[in-house]
Amino acid sequence: MTVESEVSAESGPRFLTKEMRKKIEEITGRYPTRRSAIMPSLFLAQEEYGYLCDEVLLEVAEALGVPEVWVYEIATFYTMFNTTPVGRFHIKLCTNVSCLLLEAGSLLSHLEKRLGIARGETTGDGLFTLSVVECLGSCDTAPVMQINKTYYETLSAEGIDQILEELKARPADGGREGAPA
Amino acid sequence: MMEKVLLKNAETPDSHTVGAYEASGGYQALATVLRDYQPDELIELVKESNLKGRGGAGFATGVKWGFVPKDPALKKYLCCNADEGEPGTFKDRAIMEKDPHQMIEGMILCAYAIGAETAYIYIRGEYTLSIQRLEAALQEAYDKGYLGQRILGSDFNLDIYVHCGAGAYICGEETALIESLEGRRGQPRLKPPFPAIEGLYASPTVVNNVETLACVPHIVTRGAEWFSAIGSASGPGPKLYCLSGHVRKPGLYELPMGIPLRELVEEHAGGAKPGRKIKAVIPGGVSAPMILESDLDVCMDFESLAAAGTMLGSAGVIVIDDNDCVVRVATRITEFFAHESCGKCSPCREGLSWAVKILRRLENGEGKEGDLEQLDFLCDGIFGNTFCALGDGAAWGLRRALQHFRDEFVYHVEKKECPFH
Ligand SMILES: Cc1cc2nc3c(=O)[nH]c(=O)nc-3n(C[C@H](O)[C@H](O)[C@H](O)COP(=O)(O)O)c2cc1C
Ligand code: FES
Repeated sequence: MTVESEVSAESGPRFLTKEMRKKIEEITGRYPTRRSAIMPSLFLAQEEYGYLCDEVLLEVAEALGVPEVWVYEIATFYTMFNTTPVGRFHIKLCTNVSCLLLEAGSLLSHLEKRLGIARGETTGDGLFTLSVVECLGSCDTAPVMQINKTYYETLSAEGIDQILEELKARPADGGREGAPA
Repeated sequence: MMEKVLLKNAETPDSHTVGAYEASGGYQALATVLRDYQPDELIELVKESNLKGRGGAGFATGVKWGFVPKDPALKKYLCCNADEGEPGTFKDRAIMEKDPHQMIEGMILCAYAIGAETAYIYIRGEYTLSIQRLEAALQEAYDKGYLGQRILGSDFNLDIYVHCGAGAYICGEETALIESLEGRRGQPRLKPPFPAIEGLYASPTVVNNVETLACVPHIVTRGAEWFSAIGSASGPGPKLYCLSGHVRKPGLYELPMGIPLRELVEEHAGGAKPGRKIKAVIPGGVSAPMILESDLDVCMDFESLAAAGTMLGSAGVIVIDDNDCVVRVATRITEFFAHESCGKCSPCREGLSWAVKILRRLENGEGKEGDLEQLDFLCDGIFGNTFCALGDGAAWGLRRALQHFRDEFVYHVEKKECPFH
């Protein structure tokens, strides 16, 4: 999903709905400072839009009443925040040691070939983004990947093909099927 | 075999619900403490149990709690460290998915002991099922009166919130965790002051690992003496060991502290795969240097592993067999640390990415004379000179790999190829 980021100064907030603002206010109640609410607020926005465009960052800063740079530094420091658009299915393949020992490297090549993209890229139809991530904490069932919020374990090349086919056949539900990620 | 303690409910249906937890005796420790113990008495009990932190550093839990100032006017915080990012580790996830109330009860007990009325669970954002289970379990605990105002009719109040991390390994380091919770980039703080004196929001703060906290209810219900009699006297108790890599039966094993690594790998995890031999084992997540097969008789406790030149760390045991390449493993581990370096100090930020460049060159058959000496030099320059232990762990492990398996590295330089791949 792409979100247009140009917005004229007069048009006011476009991304944070009333409900989202209410939720953000609620989140601030958990902490003695509003700055602590930046991370959870960004997750909230990402859940809705899939990624965080500059306009969303500005609106989060404005909703929390904190300097924009505070929000920007969080969005760019932490890898789970997407500052560019990602596909409907965000594939995150673990290549850390336990997975590497069980040949996650060849699964990466397999995924790149099947999807026709390199790591870090998104397919032309906007369906899949392929990312390489560090240990997912499921090393006993290596090799492992996470797609949006779901773990797929003890992977093989054939298993991956099957998973991709299933995902392709899944009807678009208009939402993001459990992103963030 | 030891009776299961931390995993005793893991196979019960609906083990993550409050009903299942109560049916197994859950929340009785809390009732007992609120009825019979002053906060100081609970701290004493935990000291007597000799529980040592399971997050990696092995610091005595009761002693840490005892550092928190008693001044009732000071606000105090508890942070449960559920960031579990150490590659090779998946024990905290098991507790949170299978038996989250165990950890929550441990948190309530700790908060009572140190006088905290607010606690946070800092959990890595990828752990979606754990997050869901914790949120549901917290709600159940509020509904049952184990959390909130006047817990079980006492004067003690506590709120617990879940705070999701967003993919930065460094946030497992306790002061980086605190920075992150305050809404900043995850970069460690200088210690001292230690968090127990000045931590979250400049207030006294205890940071404890999930597994550490999960031990506490059992210490209350079964006694400090019972706990301290399990396994190693120097750091006792039940322990979760994560087995992965080249073994027949990878998985999570609950056994006493101090079990010989060989028994863990060969008996419990089934040993090497058919036709293979074990070459090296990383005993405590990738921050812990690998040891040789011939050293597997070492016991899995803080002291024995330190004496063997490595550490218990997160008890993430990664087994490498004779069909794989240590240079490949060392390269991947160093890439990980270089990627996760927070960038605050130059030995870690620059040194690790420099080491990665050289290692990748070796892997690609483009190694040059002098590369290994350069790696030795980098390890010496990083180790002991970084702001936090991330860089130390990275350099320590690389240095040991270079020492133990020098011939494999030399082969890559001289033959310009990998003997395994
Ligand atoms: C780079 C780095 C990463 C760490 N990651 C974790 C972690 O994921 N979980 C954890 O409990 N402790 C981690 N620690 C250790 C914590 O700093 C701290 O010692 C621990 O949470 C204290 O809890 P404990 O006393 O219960 O072990 C890490 C330390 C360092 C230096
Ligand atoms: S190394 Fe891949 S899940 Fe841990």
